[in-house]
Amino acid sequence: MADPKISAYYQTRMAHFGAVTNDWLAQAQSASAITTTPPPPSPPPTAATLSDPSHQKPSFSVIDEFNRWRKQPDLAEAVAAIRALAAVIRSSMATTMMQLEIELKSASDSLKSWDTTSISLTAACDLFMRYVTRTAALEYEDFNSAKSRLIERADKFGEISYTARKVIAMLSQDFIFNGCTILVHGFSRVVLEVLKLAAQNKKLFRVLCTEGRPDRTGLRLSNELAKLDVPVKLVIDSAVAYTMDEVDMVFVGADGVVESGGIINMMGTYQIAMVAKSMSKPVYVAAESYKFARLYPLDQKDLAPALRPVDFGVPIPSKVEVECSARDYTPPQYLTLLFTDLGVLTPSVVSDELIQLYL
Amino acid sequence: MDTRRAPRAVIDPKVRKVGFFAPPELSQSGLPDPISLPSSSLSPVMIPPPRHSSENLLHHARPLAPTVPGASSVSIEGSVVAGGSYGSSSELFPAPMSPASSSYSSSRFVGGGDGDYCLNGAAVASPGRGGGKAATSFPRGGFESPAVKASSVPASGLTTVSVVNDSSLGIRGREKADNGGGSALEAKDQATNSKQKKDKTTKAERRALQEAQRAAKAAAKAEGNKASGTVTSGTAKPAKAIKPPHKVDNSSVAVSEKKGCDRPPEKDRKKDVPQPRMQYDDESRVEKAKRRAVVKQTEARNRVELFRHLPQYEHGSLLPDLEAKFFQLDTVHPAVYKAGLQYLSGNISGSNARCIAMLQAFQDAIRDYRVPPEKTFVRDLTAKISSYVSFLIECRPLCISMGNAIKFLKTRIAKLPLTLSESESKASLHSDIERFINEKIILADKVIVKHAVTKIRDGDVLLTYGLSSAVEMILLHAHKLGKQFRVIIVDSRPQLRGKILLRRLVEKGLSCTYTQINALSYIMHEVTRVFLGASSVLSNGTVYSGVGTACVAMIAHSFRVPVLVCCEAYKFSERVQLDSICSNELGDPEVISKVLGREDVNYLDGWANTENLQLLNLIYDATPSDYISMIVTDYGMVPPTSVPVIVREYRREQLWI
Repeated sequence: MADPKISAYYQTRMAHFGAVTNDWLAQAQSASAITTTPPPPSPPPTAATLSDPSHQKPSFSVIDEFNRWRKQPDLAEAVAAIRALAAVIRSSMATTMMQLEIELKSASDSLKSWDTTSISLTAACDLFMRYVTRTAALEYEDFNSAKSRLIERADKFGEISYTARKVIAMLSQDFIFNGCTILVHGFSRVVLEVLKLAAQNKKLFRVLCTEGRPDRTGLRLSNELAKLDVPVKLVIDSAVAYTMDEVDMVFVGADGVVESGGIINMMGTYQIAMVAKSMSKPVYVAAESYKFARLYPLDQKDLAPALRPVDFGVPIPSKVEVECSARDYTPPQYLTLLFTDLGVLTPSVVSDELIQLYL
Repeated sequence: MDTRRAPRAVIDPKVRKVGFFAPPELSQSGLPDPISLPSSSLSPVMIPPPRHSSENLLHHARPLAPTVPGASSVSIEGSVVAGGSYGSSSELFPAPMSPASSSYSSSRFVGGGDGDYCLNGAAVASPGRGGGKAATSFPRGGFESPAVKASSVPASGLTTVSVVNDSSLGIRGREKADNGGGSALEAKDQATNSKQKKDKTTKAERRALQEAQRAAKAAAKAEGNKASGTVTSGTAKPAKAIKPPHKVDNSSVAVSEKKGCDRPPEKDRKKDVPQPRMQYDDESRVEKAKRRAVVKQTEARNRVELFRHLPQYEHGSLLPDLEAKFFQLDTVHPAVYKAGLQYLSGNISGSNARCIAMLQAFQDAIRDYRVPPEKTFVRDLTAKISSYVSFLIECRPLCISMGNAIKFLKTRIAKLPLTLSESESKASLHSDIERFINEKIILADKVIVKHAVTKIRDGDVLLTYGLSSAVEMILLHAHKLGKQFRVIIVDSRPQLRGKILLRRLVEKGLSCTYTQINALSYIMHEVTRVFLGASSVLSNGTVYSGVGTACVAMIAHSFRVPVLVCCEAYKFSERVQLDSICSNELGDPEVISKVLGREDVNYLDGWANTENLQLLNLIYDATPSDYISMIVTDYGMVPPTSVPVIVREYRREQLWI
């Protein structure tokens, strides 16, 4: 398609899966166009960094850029990282492709080290690098045009990632029917987006929120949902099996989607997915495509640990150990579908995507 | 089945009886109602076929049976079941000949052996047969053609439609006899269906029979194309040998059905239509292949019914025979001959080793190759390679990795630019093969090791089965990196390859435990990870590996232990296989009957003479993808569902190698 609005990325996806049809995509795009694009980064800081040719600057500006992007409300970390990396290319002083790639690599590494436990950050950086440098035409063009090609792709990737939430929300609307009961676990902005859109479309549904100790995610989420006038009911984490009978579907977000098709998400997701599966309730995961990571955990302990201190409210004797891992791994057999900006996928497609991107 | 149902116009698929069953009582009430002996006489695993009308029979009768005198349709009521093959001693009995047919059949039969059977028809049609005879109406129908005439059903009242062994048209192999249903395949088959039950005859008798049939075939045959097959000399002729290799090439094509198609003139049509793999129950094909064969193979006796479509030869004489041919092999390059000998003797085993040996032999062969005058390099070389491949198959059936390598080589040969001189082409092929070995096998192994060691943690107890080169490398590398773990090696008879692995690991200082496969469920509770090798991974995620692997994976799965399969990407195949039966390899059954070092365990001595004893030595089995947690390849760690993606990407990549 020559339609400039439809990025090459989507076009390949369409060609591959046909999951995202043309008019569908147009809908998604227009939906995303409603939100205002974030204000362009203010020139002075960039200019200031540009004027200083020292090696130290690029990585310094990356973190800066990153932080600046992150300040915007509702922006996912990973998207901020992607934007920052795009800015690195734009402001790079390199004169050869190798140099540029080295710069990008070091910027990406510093971003990753900013938070080593964040899977989506790592995944997004890796995917960005692969996506952007994957064009075969790079070798044949002179540096400047190659660089502008890179910038173009980087911007596209950033756009896609930014509007991913909207696309996912659009995709999920078909699965929420009137009168349904949705169980939600953890505070995912994507899932919130989905529910917001459903409420705006005047669908009648109610939501059961798990409390989400120790982060109290359930409380925050129920707050948000109450603002939307969606009937919400809070359940404690242990009451999930008790209430699973009246639930029609389970909606969760994901910190990362791993190669086997499973997800890494807030602690408790695995439990809920297991209960849902045994009671034959569908489990839907809403995740952007930049969260696809090249990890393959075999069991729960195979993950890089992410610890979060748990506050029980009363002092615990020092002899008592506390399990403070913050997230768990849900294997793909417990998940029904993944809603991503690439379309509605089954868990086994994740590996397909990754192989094609990394081949 | 409803006996009053109108006859179906559809030919039933071949029905093959599997498993054990008791011979049903013979119905003496006359043919008329075979079906009336319903379930009681049917073994639980038999599928009662519908009744066929005589019209069907005639309709499907081969037109080629000119000699059949006004055959009256077999009274189907009688149905037929030339129970033959189904019987505990099925393979030892000749196809039941309808006694009636004996009258004319003797006129048709040229072979002496047949005559015997005919006469014995009635007698034979009795108890020894097991299965299905009388009672079930197996529509032997369609097939056999005219043979079924037998207007007069034998006095015994048994309905044995016999599929007359129509020697003039070749034998379609036991298959037919075995199968009740007149199948479409039968109809297609040129051979007339006569199913001659292979009796427990001596080799000489069988040979005489086949000679006679061959002669009769040559005489009476209407089709011309068969004639070409009958006049070959014993030595392998590259041109003719092209056919089997083509079948082999297509091993990666997902066809494991019988070759029901007409046998095209070898040189022409085989290039258009991919031939399915050779099915070894067609005696005529087997005969033909044997005549061309370099390695003299004698079919084993006492073959298991279920695996009749796979080749099984007596192993005792193969190696000495082949060695003796050393000075007669003008058609086979010495390097290829050496590789073949090594396969036959078992010196080289394991799919990587075999593939590398084969490719290196081809490298030598290509280097010494000279284009004969008046021939093109590409075509002649391809033909030569094909002949070598058929030789190697005779020594030992190819594994899937070898098949892929051969395909690669043939693609490279076909893609040679015509402008290159002969020596340049040869050099280019040489380097291509070199590159294939390096990239797809050696480097791939390094990548696999790199990925897999990340899954080994301190304190792990790793279990492995048999001897896999990839797994061995992983364990040694992990040990070198200083990880603390111990290894449990599970082994099984008769090959006991785990001992080799045990020796190698212990030499390097790993702490190992060794056990046999029957202790698997006992030991599995200690295990944290299972590492398995594979001969191939099929497109539906099924892992095709040494026999016993499926057991290990299944038990590991039930104990919720993750199973990691380590396999290079060049071994992936587009085939899909649902069980271990339709395609496998049969090893020498003799080794099962002996236990090394235990001469007192001699209960199975002379097993070949026992009628109802068959030994089965399977080499491979298929592990369903549900039991596999992850496949480690040179493309990274992937779930079993991604194998077709890699096959697709890999094929695409191969185009521009």
